[in-house]
Amino acid sequence: MSRTRPEPVQVIKQRRDAALEALVSGVPYIQFLGIRFDRRGDELTAILPYSDMLIGNPLLPALHGGATAAFLEVTAVIGLSWSMLWQDLETGVLDPSQVSEGHLPRLPKTIGLTVDYLRSGLPRDAYARAEVTRSGRRYASVRVEAWQDNVARPIAQATGHFRMPVRGEDAE
Amino acid sequence: MTKTNQLEIARQFVTALPHARALGLDVESLEPGRAVFTMPYDTKLIGDPETGVMAGGAVSALLDTTCGAAVASHALSGAPTATLDLRIDYMRTATPGQTIRAEAECYHVTRSVAFVRAVALDDDRDNPVATATGAFTFRMIEGAR
Repeated sequence: MSRTRPEPVQVIKQRRDAALEALVSGVPYIQFLGIRFDRRGDELTAILPYSDMLIGNPLLPALHGGATAAFLEVTAVIGLSWSMLWQDLETGVLDPSQVSEGHLPRLPKTIGLTVDYLRSGLPRDAYARAEVTRSGRRYASVRVEAWQDNVARPIAQATGHFRMPVRGEDAE
Repeated sequence: MTKTNQLEIARQFVTALPHARALGLDVESLEPGRAVFTMPYDTKLIGDPETGVMAGGAVSALLDTTCGAAVASHALSGAPTATLDLRIDYMRTATPGQTIRAEAECYHVTRSVAFVRAVALDDDRDNPVATATGAFTFRMIEGAR
């Protein structure tokens, strides 16, 4: 039995990072907030670097609740898209060169998002991770949590429901 | 204090909030327990590059700010407020190019919690873009109850 040699690690990494970069850099609002994504295999951690314009109450000072909600929503949408994109890239459904040129699947649409504010957001970097709790052909549900200094002390959590983009042959 | 005066103070308050300023928010009206804020269309707030529709997160931030203002302006409010929870439902995508307007009403307060509902609209006033319900921290003014 013959087995094809696995691709060099740098080739694989380059392909995955380019796909993630194409996904994230195409959204102006993500650039506006300054959100970046750290990738370990298929696991993503969103990073919201501190910036003065994220402040809601300048007296405390604390992060704006709306900025925190937006950070959680962006993390959920990108986390969900990435899980689809990853699968399609790894199984060869999507052509990596097309993806890095920006030919990406459409983003999921938010149906509803419930945000719980657990602690006041401090004026420093925030991190978030999303977990897809249910992924179907039409709908998906995502849980997402954000923290700052201590991962065990989240500042906010959210659950969101999303309408999945039409894929493959069903597309117009 | 005149109504215009109050509105001017509210406008100064909102433009002093760095994130509200970054989003381009403005106060359309403010009265005890009720707030109407606007967010003009801006390409930097686009969430779907294919359609040019503004990001859900930007609409969330507008709704959160408007709800907070409705709580802070409540006749019995005696301290600054913070969001405890906020649920947002998106009915449809906002039409690109149009200003989004959020109307919030603080419909009930207890000694420690304020309850708010809000709606986000674009030019088509009959079809809401999104609705929100939330609970905010609240502290009643001394001797109110």
